[in-house]
Amino acid sequence: MSKISTILRFTPATSRSEGVTGFLFQSAPTLLLPIIGLLLFLAIWNGVAKSIDTSLGQFPGPAQVWEQVGALANEHIEQRESADAFYTRQAERNAARVAQDPNYVPKIRAFTGAPTFLDQIWTSLYTVLVGFLIASIVAVPVGILCGLSKSAYTAINPLIQLFKPVSPLAWLPLVTMVVSALYVSDDPAFSKSFVTSAFTVSLCCLWPTLINTAVGVSNIDNDLINVSKVLRLSPLSHLTKIVLPSSIPMIFTGLRLSLGIGWMVLIAAEMLAQNPGLGKFVWDEFQNGSGESLARIMVAVLTIGAIGFVLDRCMLSVQRAVSWDKSRVLR
Amino acid sequence: MSTKHLELAQVGIDFPTPKGPFRALENVNLKIEKGEFVSLIGHSGCGKSTVLNIIAGLHQATTGGVILDGSEVNSPGPERAVVFQNHSLLPWLSVYKNVELAVKSTMQGKSKSEMREWILHNLALVHMSHALDKFPNEISGGMKQRVGIARALAMEPKVLLMDEPFGALDALTRAHLQDSLMEIHASLGNTVIMITHDVDEAVLLSDRIVMMNNGPAATVGEILDIALPRPRDRLVLADSKQYNHYRHEVLTFLYDKQKKVETVSSHGKSTLKQSANGVSSEKKDKSNSDAA
Ligand SMILES: Nc1ncnc2c1ncn2[C@@H]1O[C@H](COP(=O)(O)OP(=O)(O)OP(=O)(O)O)[C@@H](O)[C@H]1O
Ligand SMILES: [Mg+2]
Repeated sequence: MSKISTILRFTPATSRSEGVTGFLFQSAPTLLLPIIGLLLFLAIWNGVAKSIDTSLGQFPGPAQVWEQVGALANEHIEQRESADAFYTRQAERNAARVAQDPNYVPKIRAFTGAPTFLDQIWTSLYTVLVGFLIASIVAVPVGILCGLSKSAYTAINPLIQLFKPVSPLAWLPLVTMVVSALYVSDDPAFSKSFVTSAFTVSLCCLWPTLINTAVGVSNIDNDLINVSKVLRLSPLSHLTKIVLPSSIPMIFTGLRLSLGIGWMVLIAAEMLAQNPGLGKFVWDEFQNGSGESLARIMVAVLTIGAIGFVLDRCMLSVQRAVSWDKSRVLR
Repeated sequence: MSTKHLELAQVGIDFPTPKGPFRALENVNLKIEKGEFVSLIGHSGCGKSTVLNIIAGLHQATTGGVILDGSEVNSPGPERAVVFQNHSLLPWLSVYKNVELAVKSTMQGKSKSEMREWILHNLALVHMSHALDKFPNEISGGMKQRVGIARALAMEPKVLLMDEPFGALDALTRAHLQDSLMEIHASLGNTVIMITHDVDEAVLLSDRIVMMNNGPAATVGEILDIALPRPRDRLVLADSKQYNHYRHEVLTFLYDKQKKVETVSSHGKSTLKQSANGVSSEKKDKSNSDAA
């Protein structure tokens, strides 16, 4: 408790002494309050962690977790170095063989080190973005169609209602089997696990975008639709001048919901299906059960949260860029 | 007399409701000459907007029909431009672009510079040349309404349909816009049909005032010719006997012949109660007596 109170007292005191009082105090609510919240969280975490003993040792506090951040980064760097070393050795060996025997066709083998934490982050990010993109490409047009045409909506609505509440994880076994049955090629551009994960993400990203787009499009101001009718706008200009601009906020609400859900589902799917990515990292660490495992899982948890946050902010800036109403406060 | 510019013949409309079709209009007959300025006035909910929307083609009449220059109207089109009550500018387009959208979709085949000139000309007509690049949320309500009028005028409509165009504006702005509208009407000579709740506005602007009975199954009650000479000046007219006579006629129709208690707050509680009990019977009586 004493720590918290010192933090609380300390922060404004420093800013005052640094002579940027004016700025800091004006922006206090936007700058200071989140920092206070964060520090409070760290303090409570630190306090609580000390009193939890698990079979894998004490629950990690902020310090141990920070340590593991460094460790994971080092592992990545070492892995890269040994990969580089492997490839230079291989190149040298091949060059020597070719020099001896000009007919020799050099064999190139890929480095087979275990993926590091950073590799896993990259895999997950890539997967979620591809899945999300596929879902959006399907959901936005279908949503617009549903919003514009009552009959399309009536036809599609039962399907939406039926599939929306299904946890995408229930699809996972089916998707896995279908992908392994249908996605057969000798030289696949993407691994099966990637296709499975991305497809699972797509399945759950579809619904929020679809529903929000449909609602947004069907709620266009009736007067604007009448304007379009009086002007006899072509279907294309009706779409681009009236429908899209007025439903952009709802479309983006849907997209952001989808991306958030997609990211959550991906981690779960990776854990369940043992597909590469952050979820697998967490699962492997859990199975590993060393003293550092919990701290490393905690790093993953925080990373997942941070990436989810960053993804949402990215969508928000895209929304700002394409939205016509710049003065509107977007959250 | 048979070759009227715009003719509504036996127009009636049923709206589908959960309780069965609702007959909003019945036997609406109206003939309007080219260049005429006609006001529609009547109590709220009597069906003025419905009449206008039928002329615009936004609603389809159940019985009868609308004939414009010899051909029947059954879909919306730019030759019957509409100025909506709440301006209905596209908020994501600038003032200039809003008018441009109308010009582009109605004047295909013109060169870019011709179009630009036409857009600027129409915005100048409503005195909005100074705000070409402003967006609708950056200009006042009166300015938005001006742009709405410019957009409608830019379509070169045969008939200009206005649904309470100045309803949401304060008295001063309203007076300004009425003057602008009179100027424009004098110079362009469009046929104008305007819905209004404002008796002064109707008398000041119109050649004829069409007064509508209360619904359901509303129809044209009386038509009043306004023979005031143009150009009209509101200050001069304020003292004119004839003007006040017309005003009185309209007021009598609205508040005596077509009494509707909802809108007459000064009558007090007793009439309110009375009407609550007797609305439907009273209305039935009326439509009977009107038909007779
Ligand atoms: N789409 C619709 N479906 C069912 N009923 C409708 C519909 N549109 C209008 N009505 C009914 O028709 C009648 C006339 O409506 P309308 O909007 O034309 O009135 P109005 O005279 O324009 O009223 P106000 O002055 O308040 O604008 C009203 O009783 C209304 O409830
Ligand atoms: Mg109306």
